[in-house]
Amino acid sequence: MPSSSDSAVDQQPLTKLPAAPWSRQLSLASAPAYAAALESACLSIGALVVALVLFGIFVAVGGHDPLAVYGALYLGAFGTRFSIEGALTQASPIILTALCTAVPARVGLLVIGGEGALVLGGLCAVLCATASAGAPGWIGALVALLGGTCAGAAWIGAVGALKQWRGVNETISSLLLNYIAIALFNHLISGPIRDFSQTLKATSWPVPPAFGIGSIPGWSVHWGLVIGIGLCIVLFVVLRYTTLGFSMDILGGNRRAAQVAGLPIGRLLIVACLIGGGAAGLAGAIEVLAVHGAASESLIVGFGYTGILVAFLARQNPLAVIPVALLVGGISASGGLLQRRFDMPDATTQVLEGLIFICVLASSAFAGRIRWLAR
Amino acid sequence: MRSGELYSSTRRDVLIRGANLVAAGALLGPLGSLARAADAKPIKVGFLYSASRDDYGFNQSFAVAAKRIAKMPGVSVEEQERVPETAQCERVMESMIQVDGCKGIVATSFGYWPFVLKLAAKYPDVLFIHGGALWKDGDPKNAIGYRGYMEEPHYLCGIAAGRMTKTGKLGFIGSKPLYFIFNNCNGFVLGARSVRPDATCRVVITGDWDNPVKEAQAVNALADQGVDVIIADVDGPKVSIETAERRGIYSCGYHTDLSALAPKGFLTGAEWNWAKAGDFIHAWQTGGKYPNLLRGGFKDGMVAISPFGKAVPENVRQEVLKAQQGFVDDTLKLYKGPLKDNEGKQVLAAGQTVSNTDNDYKVNVKWLVEGAIGETGLK
Repeated sequence: MPSSSDSAVDQQPLTKLPAAPWSRQLSLASAPAYAAALESACLSIGALVVALVLFGIFVAVGGHDPLAVYGALYLGAFGTRFSIEGALTQASPIILTALCTAVPARVGLLVIGGEGALVLGGLCAVLCATASAGAPGWIGALVALLGGTCAGAAWIGAVGALKQWRGVNETISSLLLNYIAIALFNHLISGPIRDFSQTLKATSWPVPPAFGIGSIPGWSVHWGLVIGIGLCIVLFVVLRYTTLGFSMDILGGNRRAAQVAGLPIGRLLIVACLIGGGAAGLAGAIEVLAVHGAASESLIVGFGYTGILVAFLARQNPLAVIPVALLVGGISASGGLLQRRFDMPDATTQVLEGLIFICVLASSAFAGRIRWLAR
Repeated sequence: MRSGELYSSTRRDVLIRGANLVAAGALLGPLGSLARAADAKPIKVGFLYSASRDDYGFNQSFAVAAKRIAKMPGVSVEEQERVPETAQCERVMESMIQVDGCKGIVATSFGYWPFVLKLAAKYPDVLFIHGGALWKDGDPKNAIGYRGYMEEPHYLCGIAAGRMTKTGKLGFIGSKPLYFIFNNCNGFVLGARSVRPDATCRVVITGDWDNPVKEAQAVNALADQGVDVIIADVDGPKVSIETAERRGIYSCGYHTDLSALAPKGFLTGAEWNWAKAGDFIHAWQTGGKYPNLLRGGFKDGMVAISPFGKAVPENVRQEVLKAQQGFVDDTLKLYKGPLKDNEGKQVLAAGQTVSNTDNDYKVNVKWLVEGAIGETGLK
């Protein structure tokens, strides 16, 4: 560990530095943002390692060889091309639902309504697609995607509005709105917009096949993944390099300071909610257009809740959401293999996800306390 | 479940030793069957279930079969439960094929079928077996649909119920308004009325494959109306049977052996015999012939009844077993005239009978027989 008396070195221009440890180079750049990013990355990775160790203990107590289980986890998640495709497909909706928590978190809101926004996005995509039946494929798909996005944005936007004007706690309201969205969804697909030719389970009218989103050439992964990654990058740039993003960070950091600075607090809150909800709604629309071809209960599988985990693990950073969603998608995708190889219950991967979540939450207690990182 | 492979290799050793014996010109007779068993290439078979394997229901009936199939020479079995009937099941089946090297897939749940068809075309070297007789001409030849005529064991349950009921009121709880549920219900009612002509059966269709809350409510409501024997045609009849036991009424099982759930009131139950899939797998291993679509009742060993509960006296047991023999010999017909539906409309005239294997007739059954109180829910 270099001591603080190295200040002579510190003041040298970056380019003239002798071979120094990479962590020092970053801190020498005297950009606290990099140090903070480095710290949060280290904390996340540390939390992940601790969670994996705890999971290993859990597995060993159950009478299995932890190393063999780690091996199967890797094989099922990233070990073969097929596994990678599975992880990517799983990750695609999670990337978007994670944004539903990550973006409002930048203005200090804890929104957990991704599931409801996703479900309504899927529903609205079906309605829009049905309304534009007969249009050329790409127009129909675009209308359906936009419809889904707007539905999700409106749903979470309402959470922001309730918070701003009525003082309703956004966590509670977004959680409860999930149940309302799912009830509304179930009502519509089991009656008014039901396709009665599908007797096995309640399914909405099908989306015209021409509007479907196809696969990336050479891969069995649909284009929704690219849309999700693209949106993450755009949001990263917007939140990082624009006045809007800067204002949001100030508001999220200290509401009084934002007020004093004369920032439009209400507008910022609602914009953040609209963006987040729109992303989750888009996830629902993509799932309908690319995977299911109709809205059914297959849409309600917990992508919204997994998104919360991903957002926290990524520390609300849109760019970090991408690798974290891949990791979590991979863990979910490997659940079946653990079941088949070790006869473990299917909830095993949920135990791992839960451990990761708890470790990440606990690790935030160490934020700012690791001296050599924060220098 | 690796014991299968182990077993197969010892079989091969036996064969080699046996071959030496052939050279010695001895033991020619028994060898024929040994050689056939050992021709079987080792095969890994993946089972996927839509819910828990020990659900005291449909999935468990398949898990019981999986255990038996795992004991076949050269066969090892892999299982995954709680696989939803969505694109997810396609991923699971592909993962079984690609990551685990399965050459046989047993897709147990009805809703897996569209995905089975898609994958059967993509993987012609894998055998797909589905627990629902949905195969049609033109579908891939490496896909098999099979399903037992469950109405036959329901008829036997009906006989037991008809003999045991005091009030003459029976209860049938069905999941979906689908033809096989109607057939099962009709079998149950016809069986009961064959021994107790004044028996009636109240029919409740819950609308869900699996909805324990509704099912328990239905059993309670039926018991309140004086019903004293119930049968529940739902994915997991556990809750219904336990509720019936608590209410002190009799119950019949469905899917698999549920006698342990109701030590006092269990009569018997209608069971699948999915282990028939073992024949298909053996044929696939050895390059033999197999059907693409197989339906059958007691005659083909596709269905069974559960061991009788201790409440059932010997004379009733004999009566039930006699009717079972009637199905085996094909002397007993389920649908025979004169037969009316429960709206008073004549379905079959006197002297008219429907063959027990007339599937085209059975899939178009959209009515309940006389004595059933309730609606199909289709109108």
